[in-house]
Amino acid sequence: MRALVLPILVPMGTAAVMLLAPRRPAMQRLLGFIGAVIMLASAMAVFSHVNGEGMQVLQISGWPAPFGITLVADLLTALLLIAVGIVAVAVTGAAFAGVDPRREAFGYHPLIQILLMGVSGAFLTGDFFNLYVWFEVMLVASFVLMGLHRNRAQLEAAYKYVTINLIASSIFLTALGLLYGITGTLNMADVARIWPAVRTTGMDAVLAVLFVIAFSIKAGLFPLFFWLPASYHTPPAAVGAVFAGLLTKVGVYALVRIFTLLFQGGPPALATMLLVMSAATMVVGLIAALREQDFRRVLSFNLVGHIGYTTASLALLTPAALSGAIFYVLHHIVVITNLFLVSGVLLRLRRTTDMRALGGLYRGQPAFALVAMVPIFSLAGVPPLSGFLGKLAILEGAFDARAYWLGGIVLFVGLLTLLSMGRTWADAFWRPSDEADQGTAGRPLIFAITGLSAVTLAISAMAGPLFDLTWRAAQQLLDRDAYIRIVLGSVS
Amino acid sequence: MALASGTLYAAGIYLMLRRRLAQLIIGLGLLSNGTNLLIFTAGGLTRAQPPVIPPDATHLAPPYADPVPQALVLTAIVIGFGLLAFSLVLAHRVHATTGTDDVDEVGREP
Repeated sequence: MRALVLPILVPMGTAAVMLLAPRRPAMQRLLGFIGAVIMLASAMAVFSHVNGEGMQVLQISGWPAPFGITLVADLLTALLLIAVGIVAVAVTGAAFAGVDPRREAFGYHPLIQILLMGVSGAFLTGDFFNLYVWFEVMLVASFVLMGLHRNRAQLEAAYKYVTINLIASSIFLTALGLLYGITGTLNMADVARIWPAVRTTGMDAVLAVLFVIAFSIKAGLFPLFFWLPASYHTPPAAVGAVFAGLLTKVGVYALVRIFTLLFQGGPPALATMLLVMSAATMVVGLIAALREQDFRRVLSFNLVGHIGYTTASLALLTPAALSGAIFYVLHHIVVITNLFLVSGVLLRLRRTTDMRALGGLYRGQPAFALVAMVPIFSLAGVPPLSGFLGKLAILEGAFDARAYWLGGIVLFVGLLTLLSMGRTWADAFWRPSDEADQGTAGRPLIFAITGLSAVTLAISAMAGPLFDLTWRAAQQLLDRDAYIRIVLGSVS
Repeated sequence: MALASGTLYAAGIYLMLRRRLAQLIIGLGLLSNGTNLLIFTAGGLTRAQPPVIPPDATHLAPPYADPVPQALVLTAIVIGFGLLAFSLVLAHRVHATTGTDDVDEVGREP
């Protein structure tokens, strides 16, 4: 199906057109927003095809499967693409509120589009080496967005971020080299076909550990997450929103693909390793979140902690757990992007995100407080919002797989999250305070937040049909033979 | 080849553990080249057998070098080069702003 290239081509085209108007930021904002809307529409088109006709495959230029470049969209990919589109629309819409002019001059808008292209490419590709290339596209764009800084803290964050990500890429590439040496191919389906025949215990362990380390660094799993809270709170809110919403999720997505294709029925030690890492991520992330005073650092640690939910369910590899994980990822993309945008409003209103200096927002800005309440309480897991439903699904998955201790940890971490987000709400919004607002909130930013809150509410209200979808997506993921058959057997 | 690749990895990681930004970047470069050599080696090496069909033949005669690792390494070299250039600029920026190239002192307020 040809529409599969659209989520990649649209942001690329948008970025190219933007570069033709380098000195006209207003024009670039408008172009970015239009591009994002078209991207969302194309993601919806991909989704409706995948939903109606099953998995879609596109062999670029008609080169048959293991030789050419393959794009594959199953339900997971399609759902994630829609989430990317929603984030894109929200962030480009929020840019109307104004971006630092220096950043705009250095290509803020095209870079965001390139970043979106990298993310869509990583979700769509059916080839491991291609996955690496899309990772690099995404990383380079994010490096430059991080690197457009002047002050010390931001520069420190930028080079830490660059270094750790380059190390992760090297490790990923090492694993790819070894994988190619064994199987002689890098097409995901072809590797999955050959792999069971050639796997040996030693190679299994080496590759699994390399892949898990590489993607855990990108996804921010314990003990490899320390770079994330050190860097995500420094860039401006809109950049932080894209990073937090999308970049770590690509790491999670890559883990999901590799685990379902290569390591299904693999060594149990591997699943145990991932489980322990995830559990530690959840507990450490949330405890760290509780001791932070800065709103964005609290968010960063919450982000880390909640990545643990999804990877823990992945380690269980049952349809129930995977389906819960997919639902949670979708919910989390929307909510965490929204919260970083909320932090942008806080910055504009009070020039700080330190919660000790905030407060009184509920009285001063009741409308803003009302829309900000949705993502905060959803992340905290207050029923009936989407965070509660996602956690419930993961919990069911854990109990289904008889991983009772994991269920206990999920519950405990849920409590910590409630505490952390409840404290945020109480300190920043509820508490009376004499601090006066020093700026205006920026109407487009409020619109973007309202939109994302509405999406969260929609996810909560439509949870039933959405769970049906994620359930089917999970079964598609676990059915490795069907994936191989569809990808290798078709030339469209 | 395996030894060379291993040496590059070890040297790269050692340099990255040092405190100076310049060494960190050289370390990154060595690490990426170590990876390139590894892909090359793992793909299987053959000597003087280019994967080109001679003019008088219709097929490629079996002992020939696998072209795929070469393509992979080429891509990785290009990407690695771009990233290295970017990190050099970033390091220059860090030095210009903070006046130090010690990674521990960059974040510290003077």
